[in-house]
Amino acid sequence: MAAIAAVGCGSREAHAAPPARQPAAANAPNPPPAPPPTIAPAPLAANAPAPADGEWPLPGHDAGGTRFSPLDQIRGDNVARLAAAWTFSTGTTKGQEAAPIVVRGTLYYVTPYPNVLYALDLTKPGAPLKWKLEPNPAAASQGVACCDVVNRGAAYADGAVFFNTLDNRTIAVDAATGKAKWVTPLGDIQRGETMTMAPLVVDGKVLVGNSGGEMGVRGWLTALDAASGKIAWRAYNTGPDKDVLIGPEFKPFYAQDRGVDLGVKSWPPQAWQIGGGTVWGWVTYDAARGIVYYGSANPGPWNPDQRPGDNKWTCTLFARRIADGHALWAYQLTPHDVHDYDGVNENVIVDLPIGGRVRPVLLRPERNGYLYVIDRTTGEVLSAQPYAFVNSSHGVDLKTGKLLVAADKSTGVGRTTRDICPAAPGAKDWQPSAWSPRTRLLYVPTNNLCMDYQGVEVSYIAGTPFVGANVKMYPGPGGNRGFLVAWDPVAGRAAWKIPEPFPVWSGVVVTAGDLVFYGTMDGWFKAVDARTGAPRWKFKVGSGIVGQPVSYQGPDGKQYVAVAAGVGGWAGGIVSGELDPADPTAALGFVNAMKDLPNATTKGGMLYAFALP
Amino acid sequence: MPSPSRSRRAAVAVICLALLVAAALGGAATARAAAAHAVPVLRVCADPNNLPFTDRARRGFEDRILEVVAAELGARLEYTWWAQRRGFLRNTLKARRCDLVAGMPSGGEGMLATAPYYRSSYVFVTRREARVKPRSLDDPALRDLRIGVQLVGDDYASSPPGFALARRGIVDNVRGYLVYGDYREESPPAEIVRAVARGDVDVALVWGPLAGYWARRQPVPLEVAPIEAAAQDAALPMAFDVAMGVRKRDARLRDRVDAALARRRGDVDRILAEYGVPRVAARPREEMEAGR
Repeated sequence: MAAIAAVGCGSREAHAAPPARQPAAANAPNPPPAPPPTIAPAPLAANAPAPADGEWPLPGHDAGGTRFSPLDQIRGDNVARLAAAWTFSTGTTKGQEAAPIVVRGTLYYVTPYPNVLYALDLTKPGAPLKWKLEPNPAAASQGVACCDVVNRGAAYADGAVFFNTLDNRTIAVDAATGKAKWVTPLGDIQRGETMTMAPLVVDGKVLVGNSGGEMGVRGWLTALDAASGKIAWRAYNTGPDKDVLIGPEFKPFYAQDRGVDLGVKSWPPQAWQIGGGTVWGWVTYDAARGIVYYGSANPGPWNPDQRPGDNKWTCTLFARRIADGHALWAYQLTPHDVHDYDGVNENVIVDLPIGGRVRPVLLRPERNGYLYVIDRTTGEVLSAQPYAFVNSSHGVDLKTGKLLVAADKSTGVGRTTRDICPAAPGAKDWQPSAWSPRTRLLYVPTNNLCMDYQGVEVSYIAGTPFVGANVKMYPGPGGNRGFLVAWDPVAGRAAWKIPEPFPVWSGVVVTAGDLVFYGTMDGWFKAVDARTGAPRWKFKVGSGIVGQPVSYQGPDGKQYVAVAAGVGGWAGGIVSGELDPADPTAALGFVNAMKDLPNATTKGGMLYAFALP
Repeated sequence: MPSPSRSRRAAVAVICLALLVAAALGGAATARAAAAHAVPVLRVCADPNNLPFTDRARRGFEDRILEVVAAELGARLEYTWWAQRRGFLRNTLKARRCDLVAGMPSGGEGMLATAPYYRSSYVFVTRREARVKPRSLDDPALRDLRIGVQLVGDDYASSPPGFALARRGIVDNVRGYLVYGDYREESPPAEIVRAVARGDVDVALVWGPLAGYWARRQPVPLEVAPIEAAAQDAALPMAFDVAMGVRKRDARLRDRVDAALARRRGDVDRILAEYGVPRVAARPREEMEAGR
């Protein structure tokens, strides 16, 4: 607590803590009706522990990251009557990427910088503020974050809420009182490090990672003891095996991932020490096997020409034992990345019938445009089909696991390369997909963007001129900049897809009512039929949506759908950061593709909850 | 070792101070101050920790040149301090925190540039006692020496000498020093020059003004020699024109600053010499016109 109070600019107490409340239902104005019937998950559902019905304790709903809600009050035949139940201003105007968390009648939401954690009382009409905690991150951290000062959410376990601050602290908060239980500093903004990801809390451990690969940060995943905040283990994603926690149990499926100290040998000497491979995306967990899955970001800050080699373990999917962090296998999806295809996307834990038997797999929509189905016990790629338009590679060789890179689409100094698809944010960036065990479809929010990498241009930093790439992004084939794709991972093809004018930069939730909810950057919150994609309902919110919708059962027994609006992030920086539309290379070239966004929406963070009347 | 929380407190204190200073120098205060003194105010933004260019005590050569410009315009300088990192122009000139910034590459986007007031180049930095002192990017010695290059916090970017070495396959003996550096240190980008003095590397390829200043301030004598672009390194300039910048629509201010810099050419040159800024000849006019 002292640390929180000490870092403010002389501001007052960091939290207001009213007395602890009774469990939510006890305070409800009326006795809650019996919980609605829910359809039991299909036999092939994820095997991660299911949260209590109607709660949403982790950004991904469950540790397997399915983002599937078992609630089914809201269905195709009544969703037309869905209406706003309450709203709440987040008091911030940068990109709102966090998922609201709902446990025991309270909704928790963490804002972008300055990372205020709000607790809203769902037992009272209008969901009034219960408490808030202001961690007061160092103001300078705003100048360190690469792509808007976002935060991807909090997580709940055992009476505590856990979240990260932009200035590299993980904080555990008493869920009832709003008082900090512990604060653990993990990184250093003065060296370019920040934290933007949402923690995963499983098995008494809080899993967190860092951001800032382009600043010379060495990427890591760290497990903290949930009770004390002490570091249980830390696994680096570059460097010698002892730092990467690679030991005798390490059994990668593919030959190119086997060998001693590849995190050193696949770089020029010492280059790995500042080699990137940060962890700012999603972590999921197979509870039955005790294994954690996550992907590492791109290599940096070296230009690709300066780092010949595979640059392990950047752009790599890791399977690690929760107990001690030891790596069980790894698979480098994009060796020697030249396109900024960070490997941080989600690995959704699902069991699927493939080749006549049920296989435990990960579903991984990768930035490079392929939907990987990977055996999560071995790391074998079972299939990798393009779920978006791809020309930067020709596919994935399933025998060798190697990405077949298109030589004519690689980049380098002095070279001009046109029409590279997908562009740097990938066919999908961080925005997470959702899996329905009922339809057996993965609902993937995608970008349809290509880019030109043009020669060199003069830039400067701290008085020093240098040459860099002039990157410009623009819409891909068809002219629309995104799709919502319903993907059948067994058939390896899209069941349906919905074109959207802007990149779909929001997350997705799918419910047992067979509805898919997602948001658009021009401010529409939409429900579509999970089986057909047919539009069922939409509502215009105050600002573009780049957040993660969730669904929960309120203390009144009703099903709610909640989402934060508030455009921003890398894609929306032209609005939230007021970037100059006349500078097409701003936001690493993203602005060129988003020039019309300021005409479509304005900034402003607001939480919305919807319910049937 | 200070505890992490203590060092954070120190850092935060500095930041809070910077914010207070920035607030105090805001538009209304500026107008009041100007009225009180009846002296026009020239509002500039600069990095508070980046010698030899600028620093909070105004000891940098850009600070001195800005004083000359202000004097010539009969104005008083007011500073807003802002680390010259990602988003510098967006947060300074474009956010109207100031009207003029010094030390910009004249080809840079996002501003209207004055005529260049100096041209410098990347340089080789070696210890004077060193037996091998490369003077060309094609010197075979570069394959064996331990080399330091500057790294930029941007995914596709690098310093031109870093690119040139990579193009020649010289990567294994290269160490990178981030221009961002550690902002708690004095002048974070200077670390690469300190590394030569310490003997961590045999030679460093460094932007001239930074090298010229810090080479004179090391415990051992260092030598600085210009890097000339090789014919094979098309699109990799080693020398850059440096200008001041104003907002794109402020052509009138740009013209006044241009005129001031031209009238005080001799003073500007004396300041640059005093700080050891390595100079290279201005580009011929026809090349300027053919350029961007």
